[in-house]
Amino acid sequence: MYKYDEYDQQMVDARVAEFSDQVRRRLAGEITEDQFKPLRLMNGLYLQLHAYMLRVAVPYGTLDSRQMRMLAHIARKYDRDYGHFTTRQNIQYNWIKLEDAPAILADLASVEMHAIQTSGNCIRNISSDQWAGAAADEITDPRPWAELLRQWSSFHPEFSYLPRKFKIAVIAANEDRAAMRLHDIGIQIVEKDGQHGAAFYVGGGMGRTPMIAPLIKDFVPLDDMLSYAEACLRVYNRYGRRDNIYKARIKILIHELGADEYRRQVEEEFKHVKSLGIDPPKAEFDRIAAQFAPPALDASAPDAIDRSDPDFAVWVDQNVAKHKVSGHAIVNISLKPVGGIPGDASSAQIDLMADLAEQYSHDELRVTHAQNIVLPHVRKADLYAIWQALDAAGLATPNLDLISDIIACPGLDYCSLANARSIPVAQKIATRFSDLGRQKELGELKLKISGCINACGHHHAGHIGILGVDRKGIENYQLLLGGSGAEDVSLGTITGPGFDEDGIVDAIERVTDKYLAERTEGERFVDTFRRVGMAPFKEAIYG
Amino acid sequence: MVEHVHSSGEEPCVTLDAFLSQSNATAVRLEPDEDARALIPHLDRLALIEVAFPKFRDGRGYSSARILREAGYTGELRAQGDVLVDQIAYMKRCGFDTFAPEKALNPADVEAALTRWPEHYQGAADGAVPIWKLRHG
Repeated sequence: MYKYDEYDQQMVDARVAEFSDQVRRRLAGEITEDQFKPLRLMNGLYLQLHAYMLRVAVPYGTLDSRQMRMLAHIARKYDRDYGHFTTRQNIQYNWIKLEDAPAILADLASVEMHAIQTSGNCIRNISSDQWAGAAADEITDPRPWAELLRQWSSFHPEFSYLPRKFKIAVIAANEDRAAMRLHDIGIQIVEKDGQHGAAFYVGGGMGRTPMIAPLIKDFVPLDDMLSYAEACLRVYNRYGRRDNIYKARIKILIHELGADEYRRQVEEEFKHVKSLGIDPPKAEFDRIAAQFAPPALDASAPDAIDRSDPDFAVWVDQNVAKHKVSGHAIVNISLKPVGGIPGDASSAQIDLMADLAEQYSHDELRVTHAQNIVLPHVRKADLYAIWQALDAAGLATPNLDLISDIIACPGLDYCSLANARSIPVAQKIATRFSDLGRQKELGELKLKISGCINACGHHHAGHIGILGVDRKGIENYQLLLGGSGAEDVSLGTITGPGFDEDGIVDAIERVTDKYLAERTEGERFVDTFRRVGMAPFKEAIYG
Repeated sequence: MVEHVHSSGEEPCVTLDAFLSQSNATAVRLEPDEDARALIPHLDRLALIEVAFPKFRDGRGYSSARILREAGYTGELRAQGDVLVDQIAYMKRCGFDTFAPEKALNPADVEAALTRWPEHYQGAADGAVPIWKLRHG
């Protein structure tokens, strides 16, 4: 894991001092709320329906037990004893007092954490594959590349007042677990002639105009990566639309210019930027990469798992994934208990996960974009003990990637942008499908709910997506089918007229029944949908 | 060097269009939607380029400033308009050396803002040595 050196530490310390001063000037009335807003946003502080919400960065979703315990401490001391893990691998606290924010940032800085650029029209936290460094299918660990980008993008003087927010994801496996092509820049580390380089996909995103990022450059050598990113951003900063907030993301610029013209402009800018000497030497990458060296795992550790406890066996089959080292496994902890709030965890649960990481997972945890937690490096022999501890804490729901493993935005229960509630719909769906046998029968089924058109709940990328809208003051839920945020990326299609809260649950049941009737042996829901098309589902839903 | 007000008696800035058609001006004002690169052939006879920030949220002027410095411009580069104390450290990094904010800034806050960051992660137009270079010499 990356450890701060004196330079990294002094950057976060300076940020705490700066923000403390900004809060002081705001509380003293020296700056207006309008002037304060972009400053607090660049420190992750939103003004929501009921209180301030603080979003803390978890760079590329990786943290250690000490940092995880600090997240529990903040929940306990400054919030209502819980936190909410987000689709960008961060954590949010929903009940923060403005005057506490500087103290929270100081607490975070004491464990090499921060809330820098988790909001605002700047380059946001860099996200990545939650199985990085552990996945059997990766060509390398993507996190050193992500850390290089994190440092380059932190306090970037030219790109802190962009037309709109800017999200970057980095992966290094063919299986895409980070929705890479639905980011402003999605980078896939690829191999060419024995060298690793970055394939740049630019201009993806969700929101009200969802787009899949086109490939802009198939191979950017490591030595050029930051210059290339700088060129991509400079073209956007200069020419991205600023007349309409809904057309200000880079996807609109690239859509209007066309990928070829955007690429031409980036290449021209890159030729110039490359001459400025802004790319660090290989030694800097090597310094970072050394800190992501794989933990010492004993490949001769026993591979067999004692499955005599049937509940444990069910959990192993659903939530435990293959590790690149024999005798080891990746544990996925579901934060989606039936009837719970997707992504929420109590301080006690956060502490417990920290303890398990320290004892069993080489002190590492990950946050996933599906709002779950991962213990990436676990001995198979320890799985049973881990499962028992999780089960006792309500954290052993065996539903990874099943219909109840729902992504949901906070919705109208918290968010000032929302048009409809997301959480109660997620709870009703999970309750309707609570029978695990039924969920397993349906197989991989990614259900994602957004409470407004901004699509924080990734509804466009759901095998089944739900979009909450406001229709004449009444919450109405539209249904989308056929999206995916994975390597088979696609955008969902709206089925037709929307439903009320109970109606949407019934409609989903009709959709899943239709799937079971139509599918061929071993076919996933989304593949059946792609094969048979919308018509039979529409017929099943609307008669 | 930070100036908070226009010094009196200086040559007024002309618009980019006027500058490009009138060869003797030495001061020009660049609006956010104007291409800084149009000035590159003329940098050696410019003493002042004023970059307009009509709204602080509009960050195009940061790129304009860097482009001008990267092209070798060494004259005065001034940020004018909705220039706030919390933006000037980034502006300085992008190459601005003077500031003409519409609303006067508190000098103590300016001093704090410009001295807060001991080092910087990335290279920009202020000549600061980036942290990666400090790490590797």
